[in-house]
Amino acid sequence: MARQVNRMSAFNVTSLALGLAFLYLPIVILVIYSFNASRLVTVWGGWSLRWYFEFFNDRAMLDAAWMSLRVAAVSATIATLLGTLAAVGLARGERFRGRALFSGMLYAPLVMPEVISGLSLLLLFVALNAERGFWTVTIAHTTLTMCFVTVVVQSRLASLDRSLEEAAMDLGCNPVQAFIRVTLPLIVPAIAAGWMLAFTLSLDDVVIASFTTGPGSATLPIRIYSEVRLGVKPEINAICTMVIALIAVLIVIASLASKLSSTQGESAAPL
Amino acid sequence: MSTRRIFAQPARYAAIAPYLWMVLFFLVPFGFVLKISLSQTAIAQPPYLPVFDFAEGWAAITAAFSQLSLDNFGLLASDSLYISSYLRSVVVAVISTLMLLLIGYPVAYGMARLPQRWQPIAMMLVIVPFWTSFLIRIYAWINILQHDGLLNKVLLALHVVSTPVVWLSTDTAMYIGIVYSYLPFMILPLYATLSKLDASLLEAAADLGASPRRAFWLVTFPLSLPGVGAGALLCFIPILGEFVIPDLLAGSGSMMIGQTLWLEFFTNKDWPVAAAAAVALLVLLVPPLVLYDRLQRRTLESAK
Repeated sequence: MARQVNRMSAFNVTSLALGLAFLYLPIVILVIYSFNASRLVTVWGGWSLRWYFEFFNDRAMLDAAWMSLRVAAVSATIATLLGTLAAVGLARGERFRGRALFSGMLYAPLVMPEVISGLSLLLLFVALNAERGFWTVTIAHTTLTMCFVTVVVQSRLASLDRSLEEAAMDLGCNPVQAFIRVTLPLIVPAIAAGWMLAFTLSLDDVVIASFTTGPGSATLPIRIYSEVRLGVKPEINAICTMVIALIAVLIVIASLASKLSSTQGESAAPL
Repeated sequence: MSTRRIFAQPARYAAIAPYLWMVLFFLVPFGFVLKISLSQTAIAQPPYLPVFDFAEGWAAITAAFSQLSLDNFGLLASDSLYISSYLRSVVVAVISTLMLLLIGYPVAYGMARLPQRWQPIAMMLVIVPFWTSFLIRIYAWINILQHDGLLNKVLLALHVVSTPVVWLSTDTAMYIGIVYSYLPFMILPLYATLSKLDASLLEAAADLGASPRRAFWLVTFPLSLPGVGAGALLCFIPILGEFVIPDLLAGSGSMMIGQTLWLEFFTNKDWPVAAAAAVALLVLLVPPLVLYDRLQRRTLESAK
């Protein structure tokens, strides 16, 4: 008889627990200290919402936050559109001329250092004589995030049963109809996840935005970054906590949506 | 004609718009980086010479080409600031990748050994911090590592140290920040290979008399090497060009190449040298990228 291989040892559990604690503890501490009443970031002065009020009275920070949210929403939407189209082309287009270059261009930005992407886009904008601000940052973020959308949607398309599309076409759909009626509903969760990822990546970026933005239109990360360089401020803790909360809400919505659509898919399957 | 091929036609048309976008905003900008890295620095707005003037036709282009120079690369190769930042990038990336492997492997291994129903939850827990802002996570560490921060308070309370330790603006702080930020990138590919490992191989090793430790080094570890390679390169490549973490956490003494590029661009306003640093960084990235591509191909082929 085969000896039972011990699947869960104390070492495994400890290393996993320590690893997760390492990942989460700093964030938890940051959130707790954002409710600190004391001006000194390191002294606990009781619970308070003071730094949140401070943020809502800080005109420059509010402007930066508004700019960031606009850039994130617009760039994520364009990136989702383009990234989904790119994913369809790669996953369903079979072989075509320039395919290798296309997939190379879409995968390279995933690992490209941001300083290079930022610098190269800035040089393009300068050469085109484009006025730097909202649109240049939005274009830069779209270029980066559409690659992530492509990866997410493409992997969903690759795992999809292609006989469904073929059946739809055998039943008289043209390819576009088959795509819209059959494929698209099935990849909506992946598209939503892609949008969410693009949104958070845009909201997070400081390097590319620093290169491509113009005077007077700083994004929230740029402002946070310049404050952080000067040291820790309780107001920044409050802003970071709100960004974390926003992202957490988005993740919950995304996972609920994908659960909903997967149960719908299951109930529709037997029909 | 098969339905599949009929479907492929419009799918290819779908790729046209993103194709053009990437050519215009990804490929063409590299041309500009290359061109400006070969041009002269000037006190002007924008601060470089020469500028192509396509309106003047071919003569202007050849004139511009005759003005191109390798001066900036000569500067990069001769100035110790650039050479040391180039070397430092490599050293930091190598050390961080090794530390990530040492920390990430046990965590991934623990995940793969969890009961089946717990594994997706553990994976979610590893992915979620990746969604939380990168800048915020670095900032969280500044909170902890500062002079009167939590870490020093804990160490003082436990009587490990008698005076507060300087953590911020040291290489230690930078390595903590890098390991913290890139840990999910290391854990996920490792977990992907470890969870696919056939448990009966370990049972066989045990039946043949191998101790669990021996079985690990003879069976598990060699079989997980593709994951080790993928995780290591996924961390190594972006760390080479890292800017934010060393800028916020490391001291101002020595810089990584990403910081040098930033400094030349924003502080010294020397765009040609910044562009040359970008080209140099790109060159540095080529070997690990090629290696990663090969590794991915081999994994895909063995999966077939």
